[in-house]
Amino acid sequence: MSAISISGLVKRYGDLEAVAGLSLDVAEGEVFALLGPNGAGKTTTVEILEGYRSRDAGEVSVLGEDPATAGRGFRDRIGIVLQSSGIDRELAVSEAIDLFGKMYPTRRPTADVLEIVGLVEKADARVKTLSGGQRRRLDLALGIVGEPDLLFLDEPTTGFDPSARRASWRLIDGLRSLGTTILLTTHYMDEAQNLADRVAVMVGGGIVAEGSPDDLGGRATGLVAIRFPLPDGVGIGDLPAPFSAATVERGMACLDVTDPAAPLNQLTGWALERGVDLSNLTVNRPTLEDVYLELTGSEDTNG
Amino acid sequence: MASRLSDPILTWEQVRYQNSMFWRTPVAAFFTLFFPLFFLVLFAVMFGNDRIDIAGRGSFTVAQFYAPSLAVFGAVSATYTNLAIGTAIARDEGILKRFRGTPLRAWSYLGGRIGSGVWIASIAVVAMLVVGAVAYDLHVRVETIPAAIVTFIIGVSCFAALGLAVAGLAPTGDSAPAVANATILPLAFISDVFLPLDDPPRWLEVIGNVFPLKHFVRAFQDVFSPVTTDLGWRWGHLAVMIVWGLIGLGLALKFFAWEPRASSGGRRRRRG
Repeated sequence: MSAISISGLVKRYGDLEAVAGLSLDVAEGEVFALLGPNGAGKTTTVEILEGYRSRDAGEVSVLGEDPATAGRGFRDRIGIVLQSSGIDRELAVSEAIDLFGKMYPTRRPTADVLEIVGLVEKADARVKTLSGGQRRRLDLALGIVGEPDLLFLDEPTTGFDPSARRASWRLIDGLRSLGTTILLTTHYMDEAQNLADRVAVMVGGGIVAEGSPDDLGGRATGLVAIRFPLPDGVGIGDLPAPFSAATVERGMACLDVTDPAAPLNQLTGWALERGVDLSNLTVNRPTLEDVYLELTGSEDTNG
Repeated sequence: MASRLSDPILTWEQVRYQNSMFWRTPVAAFFTLFFPLFFLVLFAVMFGNDRIDIAGRGSFTVAQFYAPSLAVFGAVSATYTNLAIGTAIARDEGILKRFRGTPLRAWSYLGGRIGSGVWIASIAVVAMLVVGAVAYDLHVRVETIPAAIVTFIIGVSCFAALGLAVAGLAPTGDSAPAVANATILPLAFISDVFLPLDDPPRWLEVIGNVFPLKHFVRAFQDVFSPVTTDLGWRWGHLAVMIVWGLIGLGLALKFFAWEPRASSGGRRRRRG
């Protein structure tokens, strides 16, 4: 059974169609990432799934219920980590976890939650003394204290430094191994790459691509880019045969091929013969970020 | 299915939570509890401890009149002002939205806020009466205590409802303190909270009579008044407060919001 099943979802704000006929399925136990630029409709979609917003058209089923009419039993089974939900500054970390835990029929002991989110040392600290990252971990703690079957994470690591982000990934990975279905929104490609079983890219209220992070947008069958700096006084015509099709951008020769083995063999042989330095040679498959930028039509600033 | 705590217990937990938040915010505790007591002392210094002798009743200090009115002021601060400000700020900060996403019943959350407000109001009133009795010879007649309790309950219920209405109507959490104070402080001056106005213009008196604060003050003052000979029930005043309470409840239900207003610039709001 699907944890989340959406078909033909539409949400309008006045004349603006924030979500325009979106369809999506998330399987139980899956970690699903919704990618997209600001304004793509990610948060609106997720807030409809959480029951915060009504919809104008379409079918939505979350854990077998319609979130627009679902009652308390539905909220018992979901955990929500919003982008911007506050918490009293004067509350202590463990008090907050206790307070929220009591609302659920099944709950993780506060000590376990502190351990999972890495706030054991901060158990008695007031919220006002926490750093931004610690506060975000408390958000997560309050999202998981009720042992949800489905966890919504809206941009869980926005504003984190790289080490805090990695710590959060380990944490989310741990939740996955406990069988929790997770729907996360993010605009960090590496986050989707590291966490998600499947990703969908949302643009202008609809999904433009969907798949595993490795196959997204035909990435698995896509071309491989060979790049190296063209030595002074060497033209395209001087390169081995396959490179006659290469382009030159800012002194870098670039060639997109399906199989790099033969061209590389010829290139390295040619370089050894001529004593050309290839220490800046790169061979890359398009990154998820490249695919994302292409799909969302954003300006590629890598040049 | 594992068991959940019952709703009354969850509501009680919310009362405790709101209550501890109040005591951990010294500025709120100061204005609600200390401020009215400060006025009591100040008035005693200003007016001295001159006594008024009432035939057959004994002699009284003027505190017999203004201790009850200042007690009402404390009770109104604890409910109207604190609920209006606290709820609007909690909405703006996304605290209400977070609770909305949990299985907690909406009325448990609001019950926690109201229950804590009423509890603090009763502390404010009892503190005022105790200080009045100990330091300024405030007399309390046992027969009028039921009327005092009922007047208190109707009064704080009315002002709690109005506080939630103001929270709903205030466009942002930042504006809620201004709205709450700009309504209650001028009203306090024309509602005989501090000193009865000496021959006020008619229109000022009418305004005072329309709004519920003067009725709360008069009803509560009469309970303690040395010229009161009955049991202190002031049905007319109580009726006005009930009407205002219902108006407040209606407005609160109509305008209450769980999420920050789109116009509130306080917190980052993105739609991605």
